Amino acid sequence: MKILVCISHVPDTTAKIQFTANGAALDPAGVQFVINPYDEFGLTKALQLKESQGGTVTVVTYGDASVEATLRKALAIGADDAVRLDGVPTDALQVASELATYADGQGYDLIICGQESIDYNGGIVPGALAAKLDVPFVNACIGLEISGSNATLLREMDGGKEELTATLPMVIGGKKGLVEESELRIPNMRGIMTARTKPLAVTALAGAAATTSALSFAKPAPKAAVQLIDASNLDELVRRLHEEAKVI
Amino acid sequence: MVLIFAETWNGQFKKSTFEAVRYGAECAKAQGSQAIAVVVGSCEPLVETLGAYGAAKVIHLKGSDRFEPHAYATALSALAAELGATQIVLNGTANGKSMAGLLAAMAQAGCISNVTALPSSFSPLTVQRSAFSSKGIEQCSSQTACTVLVLVPNALGTGPAGSDQAAAEDRNVAFVGKTTPGAAHVASGKIPLPEAERVVSAGRGMKGPDHWGMVEELAAVLNAGTACSKPVSDIGWRPHSEHVGQTGIQINPQLYIAIGISGAIQHLAGVSGSKTIVVINNDPEAPFFKAADYGVVGDAFDVIPRLTAALKAHLN
Repeated sequence: MKILVCISHVPDTTAKIQFTANGAALDPAGVQFVINPYDEFGLTKALQLKESQGGTVTVVTYGDASVEATLRKALAIGADDAVRLDGVPTDALQVASELATYADGQGYDLIICGQESIDYNGGIVPGALAAKLDVPFVNACIGLEISGSNATLLREMDGGKEELTATLPMVIGGKKGLVEESELRIPNMRGIMTARTKPLAVTALAGAAATTSALSFAKPAPKAAVQLIDASNLDELVRRLHEEAKVI
Repeated sequence: MVLIFAETWNGQFKKSTFEAVRYGAECAKAQGSQAIAVVVGSCEPLVETLGAYGAAKVIHLKGSDRFEPHAYATALSALAAELGATQIVLNGTANGKSMAGLLAAMAQAGCISNVTALPSSFSPLTVQRSAFSSKGIEQCSSQTACTVLVLVPNALGTGPAGSDQAAAEDRNVAFVGKTTPGAAHVASGKIPLPEAERVVSAGRGMKGPDHWGMVEELAAVLNAGTACSKPVSDIGWRPHSEHVGQTGIQINPQLYIAIGISGAIQHLAGVSGSKTIVVINNDPEAPFFKAADYGVVGDAFDVIPRLTAALKAHLN
């Protein structure tokens, strides 16, 4: 089975987010970048499928040379090869177009994306990629079994989950549940050494246009100081929730 | 015109549907155009009642009672093309999010998700959205003739319901999907977290899964959804579907009560859209107090039952 895992290079979940002085972009100074957590669940699932059924796992990302460290980490975790679509993306439809152009005709049986990236939180790329490749799509995927060309899936829906079946090739937007947190892999020394010599191809873009653009970023207004209420006087908390906050 | 996906579940409109219709109607008003809602499949209330939230017309597509993202996106993009939609409004429910990317690609539309306000301009379409898991607010514009807007549930409200009736039109459509939905498992009586107006959430301070009964009782009194922190779902005390935070579910309730949760930056990222935050923690140094509106320093096992009783007394 040929599996493609689409990876985003994002600020670590613990990162303090700052924007450049003119608010035009994220200020990357002092920010540690990691594999998007949603994608890491997908990468781990892909490696498990490869180990149980044979095949290859390719990771792809769209970015400039600064994202290569993240691709190398995915190789150290166990991916066989990596592809970097060389450029700086502006919006989700553009990313989906470039990914589709790359993937089309490569014969991938399964394309795993994270359901969203934790930087811009778009959640658009996986579905748009499925549309462009004209293949089945399951979002918020929390369970996946493959038998031959048949996939049995579980997706999260509002307040519950739904079982589905589909025929490969397909695209999924995955999240935790695809594998458990405890199954995530930390690269070992051997993985890190072999990652250095695994293939990392740099591919030119097809030139897809962006459809949206970010004009500016700001941080939300800080909260007013907390009002502490004595644990022996919870009626006061109830009163304030009713009279001040008007939420009960 | 503005096209709105009016989502139903079990034959009823979802609460977020009224928000989406109101949003679409406001967009239409600002552009001097018309808001048309689309209902798919069986729907118990009269579809005309969406007029109360500003829809001028409702197109009721018969032929499918089961959500399938390709099938729904195909039907909506065909309607958008036929009617010349300038915006397509979806709510960021599980199904709305499943469909958004497909629909945008099919309709050759730009797509702006996580929308938290009405557009500030319509030429070019410019709107505020949440980014960096609520750590940033972005102004985003679209360059396409039609734009898909995906709203954050609970962020915008429905506004008061009027008494207008929308015009209604039935159509039969052949829905062709690419996946086959099977059994759905939805807990009955549970409030889906993204739509919940009140959420009670607990963390490792509860010391074990056996102690969740009191959390559920508090939630029941408030008619609230129940949630948990990431560590609690990772160790299996509670299901993943209750995990709120940066990599879990993002919520924007009116009231969020966090018990025994220290307030790691990843947790705050998922809940900072809450209007009012109450933190109950026995550690006065817990970072969550800095993000809270109201705080109670105390032992969860002592505070929760007494708070439940106080709320019961108030609500009766």
